[in-house]
Amino acid sequence: MSRRPVPWVLVLFLVLLCIPWLGSRLYTFIATDIAILALFALSLNLLLGYTGLVSFGHAAYFGIGAYTTAILMKTYGVPFVVAFPAAGIVAAGFALVFGFFCVRLTKIYFAMLTLAFAQIVWAICFKWNDVTGGEQGMPNVPYPDLGWMSAIPGLGSLRSGDHFYLLVLALVAVAIAALRRIVASPYGRMLSVIRENPERAEFIGINVRLYQLSAFVVAGFFAGLAGGLFGIFNRGVFPDFAYWTKSAEVLIMTILGGMGHFWGPAVGAMVLTLLNQQITSYTEYWPLILGIILIVLLFGFRGGIVGAVVALNRRLRGR
Amino acid sequence: MPEPSFLFGQFLGGLTAAMFLFTIGAGLSLIFGVLRVLNFAHGSFYMFGAYIAWQVMTWLGPGTEYFWLAALGAATGVAVLGVVIERLLLRHLYGREELYQLLFTYALVLILADSVKIIWGTGQLSASRPPSMTGAVQIFGTTVPYYNLFIMLLGPAIALGLWLLMHRTRLGRMIRAAVMDREMLEALGANVGVLYTVMFAVGAFLAGLGGALVTPVKSIVPGMDVEVIVEVFIIVVIGGLGSLWGTFLGAVVFGQVLAFGILIMPRFSIFAVFALMAIILIVRPWGLLGKPLSR
Repeated sequence: MSRRPVPWVLVLFLVLLCIPWLGSRLYTFIATDIAILALFALSLNLLLGYTGLVSFGHAAYFGIGAYTTAILMKTYGVPFVVAFPAAGIVAAGFALVFGFFCVRLTKIYFAMLTLAFAQIVWAICFKWNDVTGGEQGMPNVPYPDLGWMSAIPGLGSLRSGDHFYLLVLALVAVAIAALRRIVASPYGRMLSVIRENPERAEFIGINVRLYQLSAFVVAGFFAGLAGGLFGIFNRGVFPDFAYWTKSAEVLIMTILGGMGHFWGPAVGAMVLTLLNQQITSYTEYWPLILGIILIVLLFGFRGGIVGAVVALNRRLRGR
Repeated sequence: MPEPSFLFGQFLGGLTAAMFLFTIGAGLSLIFGVLRVLNFAHGSFYMFGAYIAWQVMTWLGPGTEYFWLAALGAATGVAVLGVVIERLLLRHLYGREELYQLLFTYALVLILADSVKIIWGTGQLSASRPPSMTGAVQIFGTTVPYYNLFIMLLGPAIALGLWLLMHRTRLGRMIRAAVMDREMLEALGANVGVLYTVMFAVGAFLAGLGGALVTPVKSIVPGMDVEVIVEVFIIVVIGGLGSLWGTFLGAVVFGQVLAFGILIMPRFSIFAVFALMAIILIVRPWGLLGKPLSR
């Protein structure tokens, strides 16, 4: 009976590590995309699923991270080792300032203020031509120097895109591991208490706003890291990264996968990216399909994909 | 110092833009006030209004009476669309968390945007002013097209009409009662479900009307939905969600900040209105003229 559980996460990581050797540029491309977006969606779920805060402006921190890395690397020639963590730190700084005001509001007003701040970020990116490139964005963000990877035995034959994927995978894995530790810690438990019953949490002496603000900052930090990677992956950063529709997209990923489970948002990011890839090859009306999926989800599968799988699994075991 | 007549023209331009936004925003604000649903698809209703009006005008041909017919037809068509959406889908989400309602209306944004592309294509369409309003009048040395003058008068007229509806009719009394306490109103035997549908239809009608009336001054393109919803959000948040006069005030403030902001800091006037919205939300989340939510 005391069989050790299979370390699925480790198995998954090892499988993902093999993708570059499939030899398809497309697979590596999609896998990189998914890895980055999974981190973005997981960071949002710290607010949405764990703390119970509906942020409608999470793209702001993704955008700030992307611009930070891009500006540092392209304009100032700062190496990736510095520019990448800077994305998280700068995004967290903005999240601290914006969040300070946001956590004072509840429910719909919280959602609206996060949206308003995100639109401010967007407007700055859109108009501040000298620094952000304005409407045109910043194309040709340089790749980090990954020449050292070629020196590692077995990696020499891979393309630079594959090298970047391995880097992204490693960084995202570390970030996700950190997030996982955070939500499983006593601190993470406290966030769940606040989600379930903020009045009661306040009553037993928890500083609810402080906890909410700290979760907001942490979520902003990881969203910023995801943004930093995405700007390089995308070979350019654009004001769209911070637009409100981008915030809606990441919300959809999170809900689709299931916000009640740690891995839900990652599954959502994967499913949505793969679906997008498949459907756009048949029709240009991807948003229409996405809208319909979303409606089916809202009415039919409240727990998202992971929630449905867990429920199904429970039912099968019960038999 | 620029010429006074120039400043006056700028003021009137801002006012015209404000009255367009008020027409649309009044609908959004009404829907939120009663249903407590923040409707992202309101911009899509506006876009549908514009496209339907263009379609009807194309069928009927030029003519002042046809223009008004097209505008009314478009607004009614959008209202019907609103009724269908509310009856079939939205009403099942009233008890759920805000997040689900927000995402539902966002799903509508996606679906309606693509529907427009499927029906009318992605090209840019345009309509002309009703023939009887192509002229202009001189006011304090500024040329003001009759049509702009009409829009500037229409805004207050709509505000007054809605005020009369809310305060001088039985329906209005019931709506206000529903805002105060839905359950009590139900207990008294009122059919609140129908009331909600009516409110959603009225809101959609106003969005459709705004879309139809904007066709002579703006080009009709996919993407006009997402653009307008942001502006309308700003005005209702500044004025106070659910407050009619607040929305009016919000629209006027927005119009003037944009009109004069563009003179002072051309690139960052849009930034100024977002900042204004954020400041209002921070110090007075219920807006300039709104009331704090009871729940």
